[in-house]
Amino acid sequence: MRSEPVVRIRGLVKRYGSKTAVDGLDLDIAQGEVTAVLGPNGAGKTTTVEICEGYRRADAGTVRVLGLDPVADAPRLRSRVGVMLQSGGVYSGARAEEMLRHMAKLHAHPLDVDELIERLGLESCGRTAYRRLSGGQQQRLALAMAVVGRPELVFLDEPTAGLDPQARRATWELVRELRADGVSTILTTHFMDEAEQLADDVAILDAGKVIARGTPEELCRGGAENTLRFTGRPGLDVNSLLKALPDGTEAAEPTPGTYRIAGRVDPLLLATVTSWCAQHGVMPEGISVERHTLEDVFLELTGKELRR
Amino acid sequence: MSAGTYTPKPGAAPLGRMIAAQTAFETRMLLRNGEQLLLTVVIPSLILVLFSTVDIIDTGAGEPVDFLAPGVLALAVMSTAFTGQAIATGFERRYGVLKRLGASPLPRWALMSAKTLSVLVTELIQIALLTAIALSLGWSPKGDPFSVLLLLALGTAAFSGLGLLMAGTLRAEATLAAANLVFLLLLVGGGVMVPLEKFPDGVESALALLPISALSEGLREVLSEGAALPWRELGILAVWAVLGLGAAGRFFRWE
Repeated sequence: MRSEPVVRIRGLVKRYGSKTAVDGLDLDIAQGEVTAVLGPNGAGKTTTVEICEGYRRADAGTVRVLGLDPVADAPRLRSRVGVMLQSGGVYSGARAEEMLRHMAKLHAHPLDVDELIERLGLESCGRTAYRRLSGGQQQRLALAMAVVGRPELVFLDEPTAGLDPQARRATWELVRELRADGVSTILTTHFMDEAEQLADDVAILDAGKVIARGTPEELCRGGAENTLRFTGRPGLDVNSLLKALPDGTEAAEPTPGTYRIAGRVDPLLLATVTSWCAQHGVMPEGISVERHTLEDVFLELTGKELRR
Repeated sequence: MSAGTYTPKPGAAPLGRMIAAQTAFETRMLLRNGEQLLLTVVIPSLILVLFSTVDIIDTGAGEPVDFLAPGVLALAVMSTAFTGQAIATGFERRYGVLKRLGASPLPRWALMSAKTLSVLVTELIQIALLTAIALSLGWSPKGDPFSVLLLLALGTAAFSGLGLLMAGTLRAEATLAAANLVFLLLLVGGGVMVPLEKFPDGVESALALLPISALSEGLREVLSEGAALPWRELGILAVWAVLGLGAAGRFFRWE
């Protein structure tokens, strides 16, 4: 049995002046899962999340968070939802530990602050004023502030932007523990590996709409073309190879002696390539089939040109 | 951490506890800030000591300290409720603190109550300190404590409204500059250390309508002359309080 979605969005529209940031977006987010919201800059990720957090009002459509209206029912929602802003949110003169302790005091059953500080490796920052913390330390403090009240649902807006690999891993580990303990997490990110590592469910946004949806595996499998590579004698007749392959397949020799075949790489195609090699007396070395990453899928769906 | 550590168990702390925690936190932030302490404690104390003991400005007949002490108390209220609060809140808005707290269990009205309580706590410390200094300089206050409290409360309301209006509408840097400039101008032209009679008649009657003048003159009437409730000054402060708080409530932007 699937429980009610923690977030339910129908026909959401948000405009800023003449610009439409969110354009009829529908999205259900399942309870207890980690959902990654991806999209190029300006796709409407932060606007959507901020509407769910009650910071902005929708121009049209309905949004329900834990079954409640994020604006009208804000007083009842605020203790149940943890929020990590993209930046800021802390008094510039406050020390990390003191700020976290203060947030804990606003909740009825907060986490143990000392353990949380240790968990996120913030012990050394306890006495340091917020404005003197590194970007990564500020991020981790914001994350700690989002979870200290033991919420049912947390919104993490680019939680690992600017983190070093160790801090990134600590953050990922914490998100996994949240999931294991039944907390629902919605995170926006620009890191595709982060979504692949963490997310049970991915929603790709572009131009204010959801353009793809599924588990990372589903998204990588569906639609995207894979690549077969091998090395051999330089100067093989690529056109002859291409004739043996199904229509729509590409074959090229990007650097002398390395061959790249792009298309729907299935067992039949692999057999065709190796038998062509056998006919031409070529030993295909280092043969590999590359599975497409979420990043490939993302770029395929949203285009490679720079967004403004 | 062991399994189950993060198992959801949400809930807001009781309102009274949240407000008390927020008040203590805001007060600690304020007292830690060096520039704020300069405005709220150092400058009023220096004015009191310097001009009471060294005959630089003509404070009229009587002991200088009897003239200066009420003015400096008014200055203390302005420095905390207006200047300090405007600057601190302006930067809290700029750094997303107000936004983040908006997503915490603390309701907005409770945050504003905590800010007011924090201002009152700070004023209490200032008034205790400045009164002690003034008494040691030979100040002999007269008058009715109730009138003094009423003047201080209405003055705090008036200055808070104006400070929050500035913090909630201007950029933080603009608030910083403007709040300091207003502090300086009102320090000179608000009857704090220069008697209003020293100004030309037309200017004097205009200056008398300022909240700082109403507060310093009102306190002076009570504390130096033992007057009963100074209705005119209370009225001026009440009008400023209504206008300031009303406009702040209407125009304050949280982000």
